[in-house]
Amino acid sequence: MSVAAPDIRRKLRVLADAAKFDASCASSGSKRSGGKGLGSTQGMGICHSYTPDGRCISLLKVLLTNVCVYDCAYCINRRSSDVERATFEPEELVRLTMDFYRRNYIEGLFLSSGIRKSADDTLLRMIEVARLLRERESFGGYIHLKAVAGASEALAQRAGLYADRVSVNIELPKDTDLQRLAPEKRSSQIEGSMSAIRSAIDESRSSRRRARAKPPRVAPAGQSTQMIIGATPAQDRDVLHTASRLYAHHRLRRVYYSAFSPIPHASLALPTKPAPLVREHRLYQADWLLRFYGFDVDEVTPSSAPALDLDIDPKLAWALAHRERFPVHLDTAPREMLLRVPGLGVRSVQRILSMRRQHKVTLESLRALRVPLRKVSPFIVTSDAHHGASQLLDRQDLRRRLLPATQLPLFGQTHG
Amino acid sequence: MAEIVFAPLQMGFSAWRDVARDCLAAGLEPSRVEWGAPQGLFSAFGVPKPEAPAPMPTVPRRFMQVARRVAHHRDDRRASTLYRVLWRLTHGEPRLLESAADPDVVELRTLDAQVRRSAHKTKAFVRFRKVEAEDGEHFVAWIQPDHPVLPLLGEFFAERFSDMRWSILSPDASLHYDGKSWSLGPGRPRSAAPTHDELEALWKTYYRAIFNPARVMVKAMTSEMPKRHWHTLPETSEIPGLLADSARRVDAMLAMPSAPEGPTAHALVSELDDLASLHEALSSCRGCELHEAATAPVPGRGSPHAPIVLVGEQPGDLEDRAGRPFVGPAGRELAQALEAAGLSHDEVYLTNAVKHFSYAPSGKRRLHSKPRATHIRACRPWLLAELERIRPRVVVCLGATAARALLGVEVRVMRDRGTPRACAWAPHALVTVHPAAALRAKDAGRAAELRAALRSDLARARALARGAPEKEVESS
Ligand code: SF4
Ligand code: SF4
Repeated sequence: MSVAAPDIRRKLRVLADAAKFDASCASSGSKRSGGKGLGSTQGMGICHSYTPDGRCISLLKVLLTNVCVYDCAYCINRRSSDVERATFEPEELVRLTMDFYRRNYIEGLFLSSGIRKSADDTLLRMIEVARLLRERESFGGYIHLKAVAGASEALAQRAGLYADRVSVNIELPKDTDLQRLAPEKRSSQIEGSMSAIRSAIDESRSSRRRARAKPPRVAPAGQSTQMIIGATPAQDRDVLHTASRLYAHHRLRRVYYSAFSPIPHASLALPTKPAPLVREHRLYQADWLLRFYGFDVDEVTPSSAPALDLDIDPKLAWALAHRERFPVHLDTAPREMLLRVPGLGVRSVQRILSMRRQHKVTLESLRALRVPLRKVSPFIVTSDAHHGASQLLDRQDLRRRLLPATQLPLFGQTHG
Repeated sequence: MAEIVFAPLQMGFSAWRDVARDCLAAGLEPSRVEWGAPQGLFSAFGVPKPEAPAPMPTVPRRFMQVARRVAHHRDDRRASTLYRVLWRLTHGEPRLLESAADPDVVELRTLDAQVRRSAHKTKAFVRFRKVEAEDGEHFVAWIQPDHPVLPLLGEFFAERFSDMRWSILSPDASLHYDGKSWSLGPGRPRSAAPTHDELEALWKTYYRAIFNPARVMVKAMTSEMPKRHWHTLPETSEIPGLLADSARRVDAMLAMPSAPEGPTAHALVSELDDLASLHEALSSCRGCELHEAATAPVPGRGSPHAPIVLVGEQPGDLEDRAGRPFVGPAGRELAQALEAAGLSHDEVYLTNAVKHFSYAPSGKRRLHSKPRATHIRACRPWLLAELERIRPRVVVCLGATAARALLGVEVRVMRDRGTPRACAWAPHALVTVHPAAALRAKDAGRAAELRAALRSDLARARALARGAPEKEVESS
């Protein structure tokens, strides 16, 4: 087989094109050092290139096949869709991955697939690709396998033996959404696979701690999932509730949100307009607040306001709705409260904490930390500016004053 | 008498460390050490050699880690910054690094971040090409890192490509790996590297296929993959075609008419050009139709380190001919106001919100016409790029157009003038009257009032630039 063969090119074109709507491109969170074979995986993934849509290319992201026997309304590969079809042989993918990796184009492989005959049959072939890479080629780079919904739990666990990360897509925020748009899928089935993967991961971790002869690691970079936003009327509050349940029950590393965009030959069950990208961006921000800033879903999206504010970020929105908790004094406030100040990130908070052991925190020192003062100042007090901007807190128009001066499209670069 | 001592300046950590250790042993304060040879002299290095090699004093581990990287910064100030911090760490400030806002610490962190970024990008942007030699395959890459970081990366690449033989060449240095261990070699020109690899056609196929035409975000791409690196990245040859094609593909996909917002200068503004190359690039701007009728764009002028940037509206007739901003009557008015406010030339940088002259022809004369919102929007990337390079302490918006371009707000100049606010490009932003307003005033009384306003606001800017009390900052 020559790599320049026109057929390989065609397959690559079709099967990469079909994979591009997948949001998760990250190769982070795993460590695998070279040793005898080719490749290593660092803690922090590397983006080897960027496309004009601003997205990072880190992995060779392709489908094994875009032939599918299911009929999910939101998917371009569904059985009833009229698209060009192609299928890779496992050997072809192994060769392609190795060739790309050796030239430093990629960090590894991200493989997902349509359902060719049955879920098990498809997942088996995907596992075969990963097995050949690891066992025959001694490949030490990153492998992410997207387990097929409905495959047996034993197979889902086996995928973890060769992959750094395994994921199963939750697809849509609510079970009723699935029933409507992906009739062959069940959220109980999807979450069944997730929990099987989780227990395989847990088991391998604890036995590796005990045993001398280490059993193989299972999915050292954990599992993730993806949810399509805006294809159904589900609110951000539903989305975040589902996400936090998944984080808690299956210990997911990441939930990826993907703003729905209309596909060619769309099914009538779908909206005709794309969901705003900014909504996706706000969901990622809210997701960070849940995981790293000590917020919970009811704070970010209370039942009285189940949709995130698209104009301002969710932390600022929360602060504006809870002005009684501000201003906070930077010299004395506890870490948890500093984290709630709009405009202060985890890193800035860390620096402020370490700085204030040395001296008082002044506006000048905040500026040196490149903190966005315009946003921060209404919510804080420093010893050098008691009546700084915190008087703004009482103003009715504070929200308007804090709107970003221009709405430049900075979103879209949120995953990675 | 504290005389200046010249210390040899070489790349890399151990070279710096050896000299720094001697300087420290001789008790040389940072202000007395000049890194690099004095101009014109051959070997006038004067660091006294101690009898026995002095031990390196104990410093925090973190400093050593940072110093190992910062020593690979391309700018000469790496050596003096490292030495200043080392001196302070060993002279009564052992916990200096915890003062995150200290100017020396900030500088060290900045240098370190730049080296780290360069190292990271080098890991990402190496593109090997396969060469079939008599003794088997060899993979060769040529790359131009922003900082000479290759020596820091030998271990990384050796671990990653452990079953290959490879070389990474750059103008500064080269790395080689023979299948067992890596070694460092001298810099090599691009001509020493192979020019193609058959795999690149497949790689480009992949690059084209994975691009989503419904989301074009060129800026997000160029900020992570700056244009100056494109010439060593084979896939970037596909970008112009993808962009040209994307609108058509999206339309076809959605079968909907597109609603373009109109072009802007955005695509032309490259992320890391300095001010001079920015001015050069300006001449090829076609961001809006103003370039068609005007003579030439008028770039800003003044010191690239000016603490104050003054932003006007657009060039006038005279500026358009001269190619320099503020040379006409309004320029004279401004010059007088600057002088009255006690501001010297090297303290200010002058530019306009829109860089081409916008006018309506009237017989032989060209009558100034206000730039439209589309022009302001189209030209904004140039203004922001200038501000990002200069990073002034104060930006002064001369008139409502500049305020709209920069702060995105509608102002009434006489009501809103003179109150400092923070903005994203400077700690302080001020709005004041445009000098031309005084020239157009109905009567002498009004002219005097406008003039006085301009002068007092410029004096305000001067005070802010030289460090006024922070109380005055009002969040906008
Ligand atoms: S199963 Fe997967 S590939 Fe098949 S239609 Fe559903 S989402 Fe698409
Ligand atoms: S006015 Fe500005 S955007 Fe328009 S062509 Fe001139 S430089 Fe470009």
